[in-house]
Amino acid sequence: MFNSLTLTIESIGSVVVRRIESAGRLGTFLAQIVSRLWGHKFPLGETIKQLHFVGARTVPLILISGLFTGMVIALQFYDTLIRFGSVELLGAAVAMSLIRELGPVMAALMVIARVGSATCAEIGIMRNEQQFDALDCMAIDSYHYIMLPRLIAALIAVPLLTALFDVFGIGGGYIVGVLIHGVSEGAYLTGMADTIVWNDVLMGLIKSTLFGGVILWISLAKGFYLHIEQKNAGAEGVSQATTNAVVLSAVLMLFVDYIVSSLMI
Amino acid sequence: MKRMNLNFIVGLFIIAGMAAVAYLSVTIAGVSGYSKDNYQLVAKFSNSSGLKKGAFIEIAGVKVGKVTNIVLDKEAFESVATFTFDDDVALSEDTIASIRTAGILGDKFVKISPGATDEMLSSGDEIIETESSISIEELVSKYMFNSDDKS
Repeated sequence: MFNSLTLTIESIGSVVVRRIESAGRLGTFLAQIVSRLWGHKFPLGETIKQLHFVGARTVPLILISGLFTGMVIALQFYDTLIRFGSVELLGAAVAMSLIRELGPVMAALMVIARVGSATCAEIGIMRNEQQFDALDCMAIDSYHYIMLPRLIAALIAVPLLTALFDVFGIGGGYIVGVLIHGVSEGAYLTGMADTIVWNDVLMGLIKSTLFGGVILWISLAKGFYLHIEQKNAGAEGVSQATTNAVVLSAVLMLFVDYIVSSLMI
Repeated sequence: MKRMNLNFIVGLFIIAGMAAVAYLSVTIAGVSGYSKDNYQLVAKFSNSSGLKKGAFIEIAGVKVGKVTNIVLDKEAFESVATFTFDDDVALSEDTIASIRTAGILGDKFVKISPGATDEMLSSGDEIIETESSISIEELVSKYMFNSDDKS
């Protein structure tokens, strides 16, 4: 009886300790990367390579998902607004929801799916093959050489991807609202311009920059600490770490989303 | 050659992204680097409920300026609104400023009815003639209390 009670308390304690350790690892990992900004040559070539991977190669996916998101929002809002006879609000509704909320979140989810998972798996396999130990042996700073370019690339690329998503979403809304359902073009475009203020655009940009940071931070850290956090460091460990990275970065991204929204509204 | 190609694609991506940001900020959010020359007038209202900073000022339905500040006059307990007009809009002294609502549920805006005298208002002057916001609740309660008195 007493023994089982001790065991229960022990297991609760070990879970809490592990969580706190994991949070601490994530924090020091980020601090290590950020500290490489000073006193080192900026890794420009690597950053451009990562911009290509994170940014340019995600563009087709962003364009297609942006277009369809815009089209479906326009369709739903059209169907709702027509019941109140205020279809002229369509442009404002589409642009407002895209720029403030859906653009940053959907673009970030696309980046998690395409970039976060790939990065975590890549880093995890590098850890498995002891490539980080090899880099250490050659006195190459892996935080500086591997991590920093990826984080910087995400901070630059994700806001730009989000802006492309917004523009294509607005275009998709235009196709459905104006071309298919015959909402007046002037109402759609001026409605948008009258409603959206700089603060809305700024909120979208701040959100997406933070999302980009969160996604790559979590994905890199989960891959890098594979050998500490996973029981089996083999293929199973990589798959487990990738799943963890995707889930944690998506949840943390939505949490940051709420915090930024509540601070800026 | 490979390197060249990569840089080119990344450059293209950055330019496209920047263009999208510029489109969102300039065309849709209406941010522009230069601002038209403008001047300020103040107006006092007994009630400016619902009027917000940034609300439009219209003459005959055309936007000519914005409400830039609303504060309380602590002695007279009146609302003091500062209006910023485009410089090319000249108003005479007997201009009337009234707070109106766009549609039934729309935002409050300021409607300016131009006057006819030759005396023009210059920056910092006060628009004397104002009409406050109309509150439906107040109208209803006035009606109810009046009918109570009669019965």
